[in-house]
Amino acid sequence: MTTTSPALSTTLDVEKIRKEFPILHQTVNGRDLVYFDNAATSQKPLVVINALTEYYKGYNANIHRGIHTLAEKATKAFEQTRLTAKEYINAKSEQEIIFTRGVTESINLVASSYGRTFIKEGDEIIVSELEHHSNIVPWQFVVEEKNAVLKVIPVTDRGELDLDAYRKLLSSKTKIVAVNHASNSLGTVNPIKEIIRLAHEVGAVVFIDGAQAGAHLDIDVQELDCDFYTVSAHKMYGPTGAGFLYGKKELLEKMPPYQGGGEMIKEVTFKKTTYNDLPHKFEAGTPNIADVVAFRYAMDFITETGRAAMAAHEHNLLQYATERVSRLKGVNLVGTAPEKVSVLSFTVDGIHPFDIGQMLDARGIAVRTGHHCTQPLMDRYGIEGTVRASFAVYNTKKEIDQLVEGLERVINFMK
Amino acid sequence: MDINEIQEEIISEFSLLDSDMEMTVFYIMELGQKLPVMDDALKTEENVVKGCQSKVWLTANLDDDKIYFSADSNTAITKGLVSLLIRIFNGQSPEAILNANLHFMQKIGMERFIGTQRSNGFAAMIKQMKLYALAFKTKLELKS
Repeated sequence: MTTTSPALSTTLDVEKIRKEFPILHQTVNGRDLVYFDNAATSQKPLVVINALTEYYKGYNANIHRGIHTLAEKATKAFEQTRLTAKEYINAKSEQEIIFTRGVTESINLVASSYGRTFIKEGDEIIVSELEHHSNIVPWQFVVEEKNAVLKVIPVTDRGELDLDAYRKLLSSKTKIVAVNHASNSLGTVNPIKEIIRLAHEVGAVVFIDGAQAGAHLDIDVQELDCDFYTVSAHKMYGPTGAGFLYGKKELLEKMPPYQGGGEMIKEVTFKKTTYNDLPHKFEAGTPNIADVVAFRYAMDFITETGRAAMAAHEHNLLQYATERVSRLKGVNLVGTAPEKVSVLSFTVDGIHPFDIGQMLDARGIAVRTGHHCTQPLMDRYGIEGTVRASFAVYNTKKEIDQLVEGLERVINFMK
Repeated sequence: MDINEIQEEIISEFSLLDSDMEMTVFYIMELGQKLPVMDDALKTEENVVKGCQSKVWLTANLDDDKIYFSADSNTAITKGLVSLLIRIFNGQSPEAILNANLHFMQKIGMERFIGTQRSNGFAAMIKQMKLYALAFKTKLELKS
């Protein structure tokens, strides 16, 4: 269990990092803000904020078509993010990086384009009980339209995927397996390499939702051999409304465009339109240029800070929080897998998560409460929701002490 | 007391809390604990006013041309907020409830609990209370 693993040594200067995040230095309801809702969205460092304003102040222009200097500069900055993204996940080619609004749009893109083209009646798509609604619903669209079947990998009591059950679900009918790299509700890190290997044995393609992994885990799509992978910038210290989809080139080439419009075409006549090459085939219309440009600085921030050092710091925070919170009266941890990203989910006997969230907010502590868009998972545990505290590189043990103090007050008051 | 007098009373009680959010939240929950118990038999699906995270059960009846609400919630804070509305509305005429302007909510900073979030069914509940008032008003008019 996470609680028994040793603390990792880190060389991070967290106080220095905190200075890079202006939003953290404010009071909420009369107290210093404690931001523990990082799994929903992380805060942004100055390099990202500055990149956004510099873009709009200095070189805002529409990309790929303009011949003037600003257009050239904007195009270069936009395409630089693609190169950075390629490095970030070790893709073979930048043509395999498609910019989207984020994970949800990426899933819809693949479900719509790949799913509706290649899924036939009676085929099976496998998801897991740990999935966010966004990695369930788009696949349900496909299944309904094609008379295909949705199969679900169950989770164990500790919040891990049941791999034996998964093996039994796989067959020659399996065409797509869509699971997350790490769970947003519980933090569980899934053994995706093994999941991918097993799926490939039956000829299925694998889609990995990396929303909770992007800022926390090493991602090497070639080593994983995954077919699709996606992240959202805003959970990786980047801007909202941007993200990317990775897809193996041979798959992306087989897929029809997702949306029609400018940019994605080669030639248009009223008789016949031909499509642009990858990745532009999937990027219809003017993209979210500013946020994509700034996204690069977020990935650079993570890389320069050091993914291993960040992961070690977050691991230590999670371990400390797990130990302290689990000792409180009436607390039940939900999700105790040995390998987790920095998410602590729990319930407290006799107190609704909503009340806990409101009372913590009154002390300036931001946590998330509810079902976290994973209702099937909550049903699995027979609960309405949890309180979720999720940690990022700028969080401290002192802030966890404040959380514990807040929880103690809530629990004592409600007794 | 009429609706506005009760609202003024609530505003002056909350002013003692000096805008301290934690004290305000605790006070609201204490109010909820004092709400008369709702009969479990009334906690039916039909009587649910649903929010994303908390739910409220609400019923009403007419006694001597005045409305009396009974309510409960699965969350302590929502229950406290509900108790304030019941305190204001119970024993009032349908007409008065329909025309009520609940200015106390803004005055006591209650809006942040209702706000733009779907997280509690509070806004829906006020609407439901007014719908009950409208139904009873119509019923009274038909009778006369």
